[in-house]
Amino acid sequence: MASCSILPDVLCSFPAVSDSYIRLARKTIDDGFRGLVREYSHLIDAVVQPLQVFLNALERLFVNSPWILVLAVMLAIVYLASRSIAITIGTAVGMVLIGLIGLWQDTMVTLAIVTVATLIAILIGIPIGILMARSDRVQGAINPILDVMQTLPSFVYLIPVVVIFGIGKVPGLIAVVIYAVPPMIRLTNLGIRLVDRDVLEAADAFGSSPGQKLWNVQMPLALPTIMAGINQTIMMSLAMVVVASMVGVGGLGKNTLQAINNQFFTFGFMNGFALVAIAIIFDRASQTFGKRLQKHTEVVHG
Amino acid sequence: MASHGIEIRGLYKIFGPEGQRHVQSVKEGMSKAELNEKHAHVLGLKDINISMPGGGITVVMGLSGSGKSTLIRHINRLIEPTVGEVLYDGTDVCRMSVKELREFRRHKTAMVFQKFALLPHRTVLENTVYGLDIQGVPRSESTKKGRYWIDRVGLSGFENHYPNQLSGGMQQRVGLARALSNDADILLMDEAYSALDPLIRVDMQTVLLDLQAELKKTVVFITHDLDEALRLGDKIAILRDGEVIQQGSGQQIVLSPADDYIASFVREVNRGRVIQVQTVMTPLTGQAAAASGVMPIPVGTTLEETAKAMTAGGVALVQIVSAEGRPVGQLDLQSLIGAMVTPADHEKPPSLAAE
Ligand SMILES: Nc1ncnc2c1ncn2[C@@H]1O[C@H](COP(=O)(O)OP(=O)(O)OP(=O)(O)O)[C@@H](O)[C@H]1O
Ligand SMILES: [Mg+2]
Repeated sequence: MASCSILPDVLCSFPAVSDSYIRLARKTIDDGFRGLVREYSHLIDAVVQPLQVFLNALERLFVNSPWILVLAVMLAIVYLASRSIAITIGTAVGMVLIGLIGLWQDTMVTLAIVTVATLIAILIGIPIGILMARSDRVQGAINPILDVMQTLPSFVYLIPVVVIFGIGKVPGLIAVVIYAVPPMIRLTNLGIRLVDRDVLEAADAFGSSPGQKLWNVQMPLALPTIMAGINQTIMMSLAMVVVASMVGVGGLGKNTLQAINNQFFTFGFMNGFALVAIAIIFDRASQTFGKRLQKHTEVVHG
Repeated sequence: MASHGIEIRGLYKIFGPEGQRHVQSVKEGMSKAELNEKHAHVLGLKDINISMPGGGITVVMGLSGSGKSTLIRHINRLIEPTVGEVLYDGTDVCRMSVKELREFRRHKTAMVFQKFALLPHRTVLENTVYGLDIQGVPRSESTKKGRYWIDRVGLSGFENHYPNQLSGGMQQRVGLARALSNDADILLMDEAYSALDPLIRVDMQTVLLDLQAELKKTVVFITHDLDEALRLGDKIAILRDGEVIQQGSGQQIVLSPADDYIASFVREVNRGRVIQVQTVMTPLTGQAAAASGVMPIPVGTTLEETAKAMTAGGVALVQIVSAEGRPVGQLDLQSLIGAMVTPADHEKPPSLAAE
């Protein structure tokens, strides 16, 4: 750089803290963190263990059942949710194609983890969303956290998860859940807050307890919005499952990662196709289900 | 079930974070506008004293923003009063604990709303039994009641429809059925019919009057329509800017409006439907006193009905008889028509002037 000859050195190349300081700081923080993790290892195990069991059981069920049975159950669920022949046929075609290109097993592994992640996200997200809707203070405290979570690039989630939980299927699952839970929380909160004030007043006037109000009025009326949250959560889990393959999650994501590393173009393409296919199936089925729920809440007569 | 009346005493409502602090200034005569300007608080209600008779329909009337909704919401305490009492059957609703209040709302009151406020995801039947659900009545029992009331409000056959498949009038019938299913003594109706078109409205008024003749609930009905008030109200209270400016029977209000504001309301009213014969009758003389052959009209008949009877019978003079059939006065065609068209100021009997 020409200008560097005129400027003093400090202004030209950035004056970083000396390497030894940084090394020391890193060592102290890392050791402290590891110590903390070691100290709470039984607690961490207590979280990991049941997830591991549940995830393994579901994965085994999906992988070991005869494909025809899995397909039949899946089509039944899709039909019951969407009540649409077209979507059901589309699902059948997609799944058969996945099977034909030899990715049935991997798809089952991915389906298992996405199912578990979505269930956990719903289990965590809905109660938090309800709490947020009940109190402006809770909302004020949680909203910034959700903002941060939603702006963080997905890779960044892997760092603390790996430090605390190590490498493996369950840490991957946890990363997926953390990544996918914000829309669940937000849309539950939003759905409940948007419930018509007149209807809530009617519930009060008839002497509802807070619980009765929640179950008779707020949750049912918020359900279409909550369904939109579930839909988004599923989509985000699918996206994150691919990233989480970096910490040891198997299935389609792992294949995709391999394909990228080794420049297997066709293999990568096939896995990508399988991911897109199940994404579309989930999306269509859950969206039409949500629309069906909404049928009676639409105001026809003002 | 014997109905109890509702006594509202010294009720003030000042909206705003420090309503309590401004009660004194309002008592000393600060106006709504002044309070809003100086302290940014809204005067909702000012020194309300109304006794609502048990088993009767009390209508609260007033223009938009006069505090009608605020008043009716104090009866089931959807709004907390700033000061004052709302007495029902000897207890002050404003002093009830959360639990007592919930029980009171579940068993003693039912409400019908201007915007219906039905649950969109529930069918007509499920909406009707909503109050019973809240009370914890099992569905096996509540659906029976629900069906009965759906039938009574004229909606049989629509049990399994959803609210958004019904017209406004039908939706309000569901609202009414839902309130009636509760078997509550107090029925609160906040502009229940204001969203309905005129014909359906009259229809619904008839439904209410028919049911009331049999049920004798303590009804509080809010409206901004004087015709509706006069048709339904055993007693009418008129609000302006949060204050009661006149209360009494429909007749009293039409015959002796308390001020120009009410007078301007009353001017457009069909007096023939409101004023009753005994108010304008004259003492018995000559021909009518002779009794036999003169058409008898019972006390309490409106001028319009009397006019109809007279035209049909082709007579120009009638005898007014008491409930026991004793003649108490007479009325000729000329004074009848006179009372129906002219402001009746000069002919109001002194007994009706005071309230
Ligand atoms: N929660 C509130 N906070 C502040 N002011 C309020 C509140 N609720 C009502 N008010 C005010 O109290 C006054 C009376 O309102 P209210 O709703 O009782 O009128 P209303 O007679 O029912 O009118 P409408 O015929 O339009 O329903 C109005 O000036 C209104 O602005
Ligand atoms: Mg109102």
